[in-house]
Amino acid sequence: MALALGTAALMLGALLSVLALPHLRRSIDLARLRLSERTRQKRLALVDEYDPGRELRAEQRARTLLRSCVNEEDWAMYSELGFLRVWGTLEAQPYAYLIYPHKPILAYALSTNRMLGEYCIEFPDRTRPYGTTRLPDSDDVLAKWMALTADERALIEQANMHLAGRQIRIAKARRDLVRLACWERERSGSPRRAPRRAGSVSAL
Amino acid sequence: MKLLRVKPGHGEVVLAEGDVAVPEQYSRLLETFSRELDAGMWAAVPTSTHSGKREAELVRSFEDVPADAERVIFFPRAAGGG
Repeated sequence: MALALGTAALMLGALLSVLALPHLRRSIDLARLRLSERTRQKRLALVDEYDPGRELRAEQRARTLLRSCVNEEDWAMYSELGFLRVWGTLEAQPYAYLIYPHKPILAYALSTNRMLGEYCIEFPDRTRPYGTTRLPDSDDVLAKWMALTADERALIEQANMHLAGRQIRIAKARRDLVRLACWERERSGSPRRAPRRAGSVSAL
Repeated sequence: MKLLRVKPGHGEVVLAEGDVAVPEQYSRLLETFSRELDAGMWAAVPTSTHSGKREAELVRSFEDVPADAERVIFFPRAAGGG
């Protein structure tokens, strides 16, 4: 009796699944279609929201603000080299940080130029004005600079530390340190001369 | 004193401006300051030392803002990145 009932239940299940299969397929196709349509609309909305002119103006404003906060030498460093250096104060051994826009803060030893580590930190604006959490580049640098100069320990403790080379290639960082050294030599050395025109001869 | 906030896609925005010595303006500044802090922002005051070195000071209440501060900059709270 039980065997007969079980067999009947199995047969019924198989029959129902065969009948339901086309409906199921249709539902899956419909859901997939709706999902792709929603993704397409979202993408279109993002394209609509992105305005390169607005981003450029935002960056200009951010640069002006950064310039008004850091000293003249730091501003020159950032505008000419693309990063800022901040001295570290927590260790006995002298070290410093390089601040890049939207990249980790890179710590290095001053005596050897050895990379000490990357401190990954972000300043996401959860209100997402214009659909993004990312500050303009120079505002990101300013936020890192303010947080680092105000409370280095707190910022470093908040950051996720990684070995050097994870996001900023060590070769690039070394190259930047060489560029920085050259730049400082140029600034501290003889007073700047006006660039000579091609073909001109210096007066005796 | 100016209260500024840096924003994605915009740069800085002036949230409030006023003289802390004027009671109505003080209360408006205080209200804006508290609102930004409640929204999870950090507040920093750019300063400079006697030697001319520029740095910043994080402030956690309006009373901590130096009396001679010209501006307070609000920026999103730091979060560990990937």
